[in-house]
Amino acid sequence: MTGHITPPVTGGCRSAPVLKQRGQREVFCGLTGIIWLHRKMQDAFFLVVGSRTCAHLLQSAAGVMIFAEPRFGTAILEESDLAGLNDAHAELDREVAALLSRRPDIRQLFLVGSCPSEVIKLDLSRAAERLTQAYAPKVRVLEYSGSGIETTFTQGEDACLAAMVPVLPKTEARNLVVVGALPDVVEDQMLSLLDGLGIENVQVLPARTIDADVAVGPNTVFALTQPFLGDTHAALERHGARHLAAPFPLGEEGTTAWLAAIAAEFGVSNERFATATEAPRRRARQAVAQAAEQLDGKSVFFFPDSQLEIPLARFLTRECGMTALEVGSPYIHDALHGPDLDLLPAGPQISEGQDVDLQLDRCRAARPDLTVCGLGLANPLEAEGLSTKWAIELVFTPVHFYEQAGDLASLFARPLRRKSILNREGIAAE
Amino acid sequence: MKLTVWTYEGPPHVGAMRVATGMKGLHYVLHAPQGDTYADLLFTMIERRDHRPPVTYTTFQARDLGADTAGLFKSACQDAYDRFKPEAIIVGASCTAELIQDDPGGLAETMGLDIPVIALELPSYQRKENFGADETFFQIVKALAKQMPKTERVSCNIIGPTALGFRHRDDVQEITNLLYELGIEVNVTAPMGSTPTDIAKMGQAHFNVLLYPETGEAAARHCEKTFNQPYTKTIPIGAGATWEFIEEIRTLSGSTNKIDDDRLRQTWWSRSVDSTYLTGKRVFIFGDGTHVKAAARVARDEMGFEVVGLGCYNREFARDVRALGREYGVEALITDDYLLVEKTIEELQPEMILGTQMERHIGKRLGIPCAVISAPVHVQDFPARYSPQMGFEGANVLFDTWIHPLVMGLEEHLLHMFRDDFEFNDEAGPSHHGGHAPKAANSPAPATPAQEVPAGDNIIWLSDAERELKKIPFFVRGKARRNTESYAVERGINQITLDTLYEAKAHFAR
Repeated sequence: MTGHITPPVTGGCRSAPVLKQRGQREVFCGLTGIIWLHRKMQDAFFLVVGSRTCAHLLQSAAGVMIFAEPRFGTAILEESDLAGLNDAHAELDREVAALLSRRPDIRQLFLVGSCPSEVIKLDLSRAAERLTQAYAPKVRVLEYSGSGIETTFTQGEDACLAAMVPVLPKTEARNLVVVGALPDVVEDQMLSLLDGLGIENVQVLPARTIDADVAVGPNTVFALTQPFLGDTHAALERHGARHLAAPFPLGEEGTTAWLAAIAAEFGVSNERFATATEAPRRRARQAVAQAAEQLDGKSVFFFPDSQLEIPLARFLTRECGMTALEVGSPYIHDALHGPDLDLLPAGPQISEGQDVDLQLDRCRAARPDLTVCGLGLANPLEAEGLSTKWAIELVFTPVHFYEQAGDLASLFARPLRRKSILNREGIAAE
Repeated sequence: MKLTVWTYEGPPHVGAMRVATGMKGLHYVLHAPQGDTYADLLFTMIERRDHRPPVTYTTFQARDLGADTAGLFKSACQDAYDRFKPEAIIVGASCTAELIQDDPGGLAETMGLDIPVIALELPSYQRKENFGADETFFQIVKALAKQMPKTERVSCNIIGPTALGFRHRDDVQEITNLLYELGIEVNVTAPMGSTPTDIAKMGQAHFNVLLYPETGEAAARHCEKTFNQPYTKTIPIGAGATWEFIEEIRTLSGSTNKIDDDRLRQTWWSRSVDSTYLTGKRVFIFGDGTHVKAAARVARDEMGFEVVGLGCYNREFARDVRALGREYGVEALITDDYLLVEKTIEELQPEMILGTQMERHIGKRLGIPCAVISAPVHVQDFPARYSPQMGFEGANVLFDTWIHPLVMGLEEHLLHMFRDDFEFNDEAGPSHHGGHAPKAANSPAPATPAQEVPAGDNIIWLSDAERELKKIPFFVRGKARRNTESYAVERGINQITLDTLYEAKAHFAR
């Protein structure tokens, strides 16, 4: 197959020993996913059942408040809800009724569980069933957990999509479902690439509205665009669909390998594959090469954050000439991350989970040229003279597929470029 | 249960973090699930701090709940002690840990650490961020401050500034300088900038200067009772309040030093003829109780605005702010419901909002200029330049920042005169603000059907009156509409004609 990618001669990282430490985890909880999911699904509202902390997180993680009234909110539990003075379910019904009457445009309502709602064992699945009956067919009510005790950052999207799988219509038809929330512009590029390969009957999950015709059944195959969709992967397999394992479509190689896995499944000819991908591959290589000048020969250290770390490390080492020192991921899932680990040249410490203080010690000792980390750590590390790239930008920015490969490399190059510009102007780095 | 879109205050443990992060040599061990670490970014990103907040989170997960979360807390506490070697530790729980009832205070006590361990009880489901800061600082002072002889020279403590406070950094500097001019030494400034060792010495001061009642009043009261230290009641925001504050300091300290007010430009700037256009501008004021009280006084007495509405989001100040409302002849709005604030502003149609970042968003949506006077804060509220709210320089800053969002005086007249100029019209916004490209020229005036526009209270605007209303520049249009409608309601008129519009204008002329 034309899309075949050569694994590193020194071997990959799939069987490398994984460092697992248990300590403070400096990560977001799964509620954060609401920030992008509520923009993606335009007829959905996300109602977190939680505490003031949950509301404050959503507001702070968004960085800046979204100007329009957002399609998410928090039903804040109060003392009387905890003391059993109120029937929490009656309270929830009242809030939902008020919300749906104020926002008649809402067709899908997600009740999102939080740490406190789970600790008090508030049964949101029962609530979702009851509310679905009350508001069907106009509004579909689903529930999932975005709590910190159950989910880490991007796992919130996974939990949300996994909750949607059981209510998807069944089909016997042969179809391809592409799973993972992508910016609309990227999603359209992806669909046009698949169209170029002649693949028909392609649907995406999550769809932009509830009326989309995503269906799943025994003849369904699915491809993931995001490396954090483990539960959704399992849910789709339970519904008879088959996963097309592949590296993730980040960078030129990743995109080619991802498309190649689909092309192989659908028997696309080599010629057709080459015709459809040749031009965008060339553009992607060109754009990456330009941005990679700044990255070539530099070292990178990943703190665990979004589960994008392994595919990103694969991209930065193989396409941008960087050396990975440590690649931390909150979770490593062999069925999802294996193909990328195969391609990631041996050498870096692979770590799963976190003890942030110990990891900071390793990072300071390694003095990487670039550290990929969360917002809580970035400025403190910059102040110590390390260059950083905040990880959250990687989930908020269009980075997938060919036309964004250059942008992806630029995201990493920008902090280094900035530092060299400022130093040139004689501003002390101290 | 209460539906919230945006919140004015975080949970109380974030208030405790503001105290801990402002201090040095103190560490906070917080029993909290994974995810609550988001709070670090408030400090590292919004305030651009170059250090991580001194907080260790236990970050428990679901699998720990069935096991030993208490053990997890103890090991986190021990690790924090070993690694950071703090002078004192505060311990507490976030909302979720409060539910599992591990009692961090009790657990930490059994560990026998050789430094003070201060337990915090912050009820997450009843109280909020300001309470958390106030209570935490009070507990720290209560535990650490000792009886000591007073300093020989007259000295005071400055109480209340925290990390992530609205202009606390610059206020403290301005007031420290002012006290220096008065010949008074600052013994301890706390929480911001102090260590537990400094806190121990707070009793040496002769009196306290309380700058932020929201975060320091409980400690100030405690010191008054325990160390016989009276505390200042005037918040020196605005020229008048700063003079009053100076008088209060003179009474407390006996200082007779002369104060050089050369730097105070605000009073002349406000009296200069260019400022005439500010007269009677209708403003709505919302924020924390302390800043709202101060802003109302400055708005009315120093800027010559008309206060048409005010309120605060922190219930602790409800009584004060209600009394303030009565003084200004308006009903105070006490709420932390953003949507209700928005609705009130929409009804009042002020010409300007003095509010928080929330009201700035409301103003953007409604096309009403807004200046930010209070927390909750945003990265823009931490300017690189010196920009206090307090003291004489603070009064200057208020003048500049409050008039900046407005259309300037002569420009306002020109907009009235040449309403339909395609480049210079009211829709283009103030000319000193960027990003206002002229709108497409001559959108055809709808020579259309006399569509009658219903208003509130069953009043109908006839089309000629409605057309005339649209000729009025946007920044006064809302007021004109509202005045005309209330004029009509008072007189039982239910159809607004061109005449009604101008009769109302004459009636309300000032």
